[in-house]
Amino acid sequence: MTVSVTELTVTAEDRRVAWLATAAVALSLVDAAIPSPLPGVKPGLANIVTLVVLIRYGWATAVWVSGLRVLAGSLLLGYFLAPGFFLSLTGTTLSLATLGLARHLPRRWFGPVSLSILAAFAHIGGQLLLARAWLIPHNGVFLLTPVFAAAALVFGTINGMIAAKLLAETPAAETT
Amino acid sequence: MRWLAFLRPGDWLVIACGAALVGVTLPLLWQGGFAERAIIRQDGQVFAEVDLGSRRDFSVPGPLGTTLVAIEPGRARVVADPGPRQYCVRQGWLARPGEIAICAPNRVSVQIAGRTRAYDSLSY
Repeated sequence: MTVSVTELTVTAEDRRVAWLATAAVALSLVDAAIPSPLPGVKPGLANIVTLVVLIRYGWATAVWVSGLRVLAGSLLLGYFLAPGFFLSLTGTTLSLATLGLARHLPRRWFGPVSLSILAAFAHIGGQLLLARAWLIPHNGVFLLTPVFAAAALVFGTINGMIAAKLLAETPAAETT
Repeated sequence: MRWLAFLRPGDWLVIACGAALVGVTLPLLWQGGFAERAIIRQDGQVFAEVDLGSRRDFSVPGPLGTTLVAIEPGRARVVADPGPRQYCVRQGWLARPGEIAICAPNRVSVQIAGRTRAYDSLSY
């Protein structure tokens, strides 16, 4: 076997990101399989992984995991570079930015549920704005805002509670 | 409940703010009100103003011939028009307040109105 010229060293951090991104991609696939009454209303199960990663490993790792999830998820589901991909990317970017700010909230008062709800609202907000600016240049897009906002609230709360449960059940020492 | 133990005081605040946001945006769903009436105009004059309650048909005479308008519960449309391009016929059913089908050659228009008057355009 020829010896590779370029030597890529894989750190423990790389492996961790890869594993977590895999889990997130798997959850996006589950997400896509759940029938939805309206395009855009999805549970967003992969965000549970993002939340756990954010709280346990920090924001930079969460950005990596989410970015890889959007990329690999779109490749697997076949919408890479389609409008849905850019909607997903915008939503994820905005919710990561929101999480970057919201993680500085006092932990004693604001738990994973707060982070999850704020991220969900940022996600749908970003998608609506992109859809208005690019896909459907008409204010009619905003007529369904209440439906999307209600979905963000409900699923954000549920995902946040699942993330909180996961964080409470797995001790931090074992996974770091 | 066991799951509620994961909610911290601030989380309740965020949930309340989220619910308030949903409440504030709720009127968007009913923007413009419901379709209640149809206004049929001929040459700019109101030919008929009908409630979208029951099934009715109107024959509106114009310079080219007769335009047929159908009214059904909650919607209205132009069924036939003597105009050459048939734009108003192809528009199909009109069901939201503010929607309008204009048969320009025959000078007939059908407009849907709700409880509140929606402005089509504003100038300052």
